[in-house]
Amino acid sequence: MNGEPTPAPRPGATSAEPKLAVRDLRIAFGARRVVDIERVDVGAGEIVGLAGESGSGKSMTALAVLCLASTLGASVDGSIRLAGEELVGAPESRMRSIRGGRIAMIFQSPVSALDPLLRVGDLFERALRLHGASRREAPERTAAALREVLLSPDLLSRHPHELSGGQAQRVAIAMALALRSELLVADEPTSALDVTVQAEILDLLRRLREDAGMSVLFISHDLAVMAELCDRIAVMERGRVVEVGPTARVLARPGHDYTRRLVAAVPKIGAGTAPR
Amino acid sequence: MAVAPAPAETVALEGGSLPPGRLAGVRRVARRNPLLAVGASMCLVIVVLAVLAPVIAPFPDDAGSATHALETLESPSAAHPFGTDQVGRDVLSRVLYGARISPLIALLVLVIACAVGLPLGIAAGYFGGWVDDVIMRVTDVFLAFPALLLALAFAAVMRPSITNTVIAIAVTWWPWYARIVRGQAASVAARPYIESARAMGIPHRRILLRHVLPNSITPVIVQVSLDVGGVILTASALSFLGLGAQDPTPDWGLMVSQGQAFFTTHWWLVTFPGAAILFTAVAFNLLGDGLRDVLDPRRVLTR
Repeated sequence: MNGEPTPAPRPGATSAEPKLAVRDLRIAFGARRVVDIERVDVGAGEIVGLAGESGSGKSMTALAVLCLASTLGASVDGSIRLAGEELVGAPESRMRSIRGGRIAMIFQSPVSALDPLLRVGDLFERALRLHGASRREAPERTAAALREVLLSPDLLSRHPHELSGGQAQRVAIAMALALRSELLVADEPTSALDVTVQAEILDLLRRLREDAGMSVLFISHDLAVMAELCDRIAVMERGRVVEVGPTARVLARPGHDYTRRLVAAVPKIGAGTAPR
Repeated sequence: MAVAPAPAETVALEGGSLPPGRLAGVRRVARRNPLLAVGASMCLVIVVLAVLAPVIAPFPDDAGSATHALETLESPSAAHPFGTDQVGRDVLSRVLYGARISPLIALLVLVIACAVGLPLGIAAGYFGGWVDDVIMRVTDVFLAFPALLLALAFAAVMRPSITNTVIAIAVTWWPWYARIVRGQAASVAARPYIESARAMGIPHRRILLRHVLPNSITPVIVQVSLDVGGVILTASALSFLGLGAQDPTPDWGLMVSQGQAFFTTHWWLVTFPGAAILFTAVAFNLLGDGLRDVLDPRRVLTR
């Protein structure tokens, strides 16, 4: 929005095209426009935060990236490109293979985001088979992904209600790993977890980026969490991105009044620069 | 007539990953879920009696058009443990043969009602919007008439037979299931795991079948199991008015309604077929309750 240069691609990057490029995205319910984003990029292996209070259009943007906003009756227009491929207006069959395959999503309430009737193992099996893994391959990839997120394979025989919030969120992340997703859309993935578990999940997301080169669009209202995790932050207010920039810069020297107020609302962030 | 899933099958439903031998599995289910075990056993009894009716019935011919003018309305005795009816037929034999008819009518009606009602209700609840409006208005039209009256109307335009009785009752029965499952599906559709399923790229049809349906089915199972007795009685009401099963057919409902005329003086005509209906209804209620517990992993654990 304010011409902030995209940082140099990280080691995982393969092309000049950003992993996710959002341009002139407009989402509306009838005449009411809820999202109006000029530009947001997520580079390969980059973690970009989408900050803002509830109702600012963060989650709608996340759904739009998966081309799911229309299932809620919203009209979407503009451009969302995944590694150069246009997603807005892509045929539904194409989107289905991208969802869960190349783009994975994790949610705020990890336990309720898993079907209560299925064992964790069934969830993996079905997801992997749906996205083309062979019957033989699926268990191997599941096991490898679970190791990656430091979960015991015993969990595969459990139902979601037998998992803790942290375990369930790890399961969701492991699913993204097993499916070899390129982009992870994380919608408030730590808000429902307590602080120590939150730290573990953030750590896991960081490692995911380092080891698997996954790009992450991290949606949250929690600037303290974003300060720890994100390379860059885009601040949203009432559907618009009012500021984009490297995390440290945005938090230390907010360029927009709304960002300043958000930062001021967070205790012990921004090294005492919070203006009144 | 496959009335009850045998207990061994319910073990498979539980999905125990290690097959610990069939008998041990049955015992495990029985301990953890006595309702299911009792219900399934009772259903099994009905099936066995239905299958073995020609062997164990003392007077198999009495289930048909045989009459015995000299033995009418005899009270229960060693020769006729359940007594005889107004044309001298052995009530026990007729009740045993009835196990081949009444539960079958109930099952067919409920299967058809579910086959029609569930897909419509699930689709209405999941998709919402105009799909919901169209489906639910059609259901409302069916629900606007008293069920028995509608069944009567349908039965009256068709030839009286068991098949047509089944069709007539099923036509009035499905809207209830569509309505129950619609409300459930609408609430399930809004839960995060359905959104998550969409975000996994799962096609609508598969989300409906594998995620919405299994998570919405519980109240329907309970309702279906409660409805078994109701359907048998509705079928008997049609028979009573000459629109359902016809006289020589040993339908329990028909036997109850024919026996009503003699009830004050000859109690056995109504009591034994009535008890058979009661037994069947209770069997399915218990089975339904037990199934509900088995299908919900959270409940199995707390038991």
